Amino acid sequence: MATDIEVTSKELAIHVDPNRERLLREAEKELPLEYSAGWSDPETYFFKSGRGVSRETVEMISRMKNEPAWMLDRRIKSYDHFLSRKMPSWGADLSEINFDEMYYYIKPASEQGKTWDDVPEDIKNTFDKLGIPEAERKFLAGVSAQYESEVVYHSLREDLEKLGVIFTDMDSGLREYPEIVKRYFGTVIPYKDNKFAALNTAVWSGGSFVYVPKGVHVAIPLQAYFRINAKNAGQFERTLIIADEGSYVHYIEGCTAPIWSEDSLHSAVVELIAMKDATIRYTTVQNWSNNVYNIVTKRAVAHENATVAWIDGNLGSKVTMKYPAVYLLGRGSKAEIVSAAFANQGQVQDAGGKVWHCAPETTSTITSKSVSKGNGRTSFRGWLKIYKGCVDSVSAMRCDAMLLDKECRSDTYPTIEVDEEKVALGHEATVSKIGEEELFYLMSRGLSEREAITQIVNGFIEPFTKTLPMEYAIELNRLIQMQMDGAVG
Amino acid sequence: MVAAPATNAPVHQSPAGGATLAIRNLHVNIDSREIIHGIDLTVNKGEVHAILGPNGSGKSTLAYALMGHPRYAVTSGEVELKGEDLLAMSADERSRNGLFLCFQYPTSIPGIQMGNFLRLAMKARFGDAAIKTFRKELTEKLRILKMDESYMRRYLNEGFSGGEKKKAEILQMALLKPEIAIMDETDSGLDVDAFKVVADGVNAMRGPDVGFVVITHYNRMLEYIKPDFVHVLIGGKIVKSGGPELALAVDQHGYQPILEELREQGVEIELMEEAGATYAREEPTEREHDPFRSHGLTGL
Repeated sequence: MATDIEVTSKELAIHVDPNRERLLREAEKELPLEYSAGWSDPETYFFKSGRGVSRETVEMISRMKNEPAWMLDRRIKSYDHFLSRKMPSWGADLSEINFDEMYYYIKPASEQGKTWDDVPEDIKNTFDKLGIPEAERKFLAGVSAQYESEVVYHSLREDLEKLGVIFTDMDSGLREYPEIVKRYFGTVIPYKDNKFAALNTAVWSGGSFVYVPKGVHVAIPLQAYFRINAKNAGQFERTLIIADEGSYVHYIEGCTAPIWSEDSLHSAVVELIAMKDATIRYTTVQNWSNNVYNIVTKRAVAHENATVAWIDGNLGSKVTMKYPAVYLLGRGSKAEIVSAAFANQGQVQDAGGKVWHCAPETTSTITSKSVSKGNGRTSFRGWLKIYKGCVDSVSAMRCDAMLLDKECRSDTYPTIEVDEEKVALGHEATVSKIGEEELFYLMSRGLSEREAITQIVNGFIEPFTKTLPMEYAIELNRLIQMQMDGAVG
Repeated sequence: MVAAPATNAPVHQSPAGGATLAIRNLHVNIDSREIIHGIDLTVNKGEVHAILGPNGSGKSTLAYALMGHPRYAVTSGEVELKGEDLLAMSADERSRNGLFLCFQYPTSIPGIQMGNFLRLAMKARFGDAAIKTFRKELTEKLRILKMDESYMRRYLNEGFSGGEKKKAEILQMALLKPEIAIMDETDSGLDVDAFKVVADGVNAMRGPDVGFVVITHYNRMLEYIKPDFVHVLIGGKIVKSGGPELALAVDQHGYQPILEELREQGVEIELMEEAGATYAREEPTEREHDPFRSHGLTGL
């Protein structure tokens, strides 16, 4: 049933620097080739909860944040629901997650820094080493840096602030814009959606709150950076992005953690709301260390002629389960989900995307590129639903898997439900190995075997990489090269 | 004058004292079936050797085995490149030591931009220093090969026409400056213009620093790239060697006279079944319609 459907969207084309190729090469020259984010800082926290989660933990978090009653109420309902929900068993093996061992709330500093100098020394050094302040100066419109449970620093360019753009941490968002938050919080992902969404809603802390006013184009990206430092830490950030009519915003998140032998849990909830004619582009380059369970619920609604793009790269973590989703609610709305996953020794990357077409003339593309190495495992789960009456809708789902070794594994689980006949639909899936001929060709030109494989793999996921801003494309290529060296702990 | 197996006497010695490429009694298997039954060949810098032979005679096998394709197993014999054991080297080491194979069917690799690939190859062969002059050299070679800059942003051979692929091969060869270049049926599948550009590209490279092994199916290529030595490869052996006149003889009479000569001498030749029909002279109709002749380009 594979048909060729070319879905292009002008809005999704990112600005391409004409010097991109040159800059990419220059930047790649001197980069280290090991998991360079694996260090840890001493724990000198302002506050750290005990292990495990209880109703008291939930109340304590809400109390410390001085939240309105409705939020506490929501947290408690969510906690009860979390307890009542069984562990999902349809995907990756989650049986080793020990909820009683985790720390659910760690406040690293007494208050948020207004400048980097206000941030405690160790933490500031950590973000320095990760290159965040430098990136902020060079190419970002705003930065949010979350360390454990709290955002320790955030900034937004003054000109954007004057235009009415809001970019702050979720806790401040709730304090300073209570009506907006109350109106939208949990509307895209209700706490009953799944066990981890319930847990997040119960104990959430940090994350970003973004509002872009009508017609405002935030031309350069906003970035949030998430860092877990402590052993057995749980990070439960909560992000809500609202792009008002005709606006544009590109939000990027990155994440790392030290290499511990004990597991950590990162379980975020991200809700996006794209109003009429708005565009939200959400990019993730996930590079958690290999002891982090990364179980994230990400979902968006797109109103009339709105566009939502999820660009989702997963290289790190022990287990990732993440299926960014879009409800196409308005006529002419568009969804683009592009994901790339790399599963090395001991890793499970269970990813994909979901789209519900709920209006006519809606368009969606789901593209997945996965690479498995060692005994690593990738799974693609795609869900597509087109409701009756959504005439002239177009959807294309494509998933390509590459296997580098004999023991690795890749599975594809596409689900397509179409209740309307007047639609165009394409689905394609491929599995490949690194070809002997490709390898020989590159080696016959002097590239070593490792270099040749790296080039072939980078080429394979290039459809993903080219959607990234240059700085992140560099990072991604470097991370892949690192995976080839088997240097990741 | 038939000698089988034949060897050509080196005309001049390479500076190191030995030949640039010395092949002695080479036997090659594919999937445990022997295809090359003992080849001797010596190539020095500055020389152009043509290897002529019908389909299935082992020409491409020889090319792939020399470049080090893992599926082509050398079962006995020796090959030296500049006095070093070529067979002990991996394909990338062979390349870095100055061997180049111009592929008959270059592999396409999506996602790798031509420009980036060339840069990596240059770096592998000459080190970081080569990167400084890369841009300038590339522009010059592109001009000679009548290739547009936009090639550099295209994916490696992906969606290239036959002619574009061959030009891209010549471009790589020109940049990597091999000491021994093997050209495997580079003339096949080219239109007149592409053919001429490719031939000009090769001729521009000719000189005292590089030795060529030009493998070809028929004589067309050799009208443009004049060989110093011609070898006829049939049934996995070099059955006859000579000068340019040998290529002319094959062009006019096909391989049949050579085979008869060999039979008279009692030399056993293993012919490939699937290639049986091709030992006769190339089909005359094809020759009559040879675009090169009709364009009066022959012998340029």
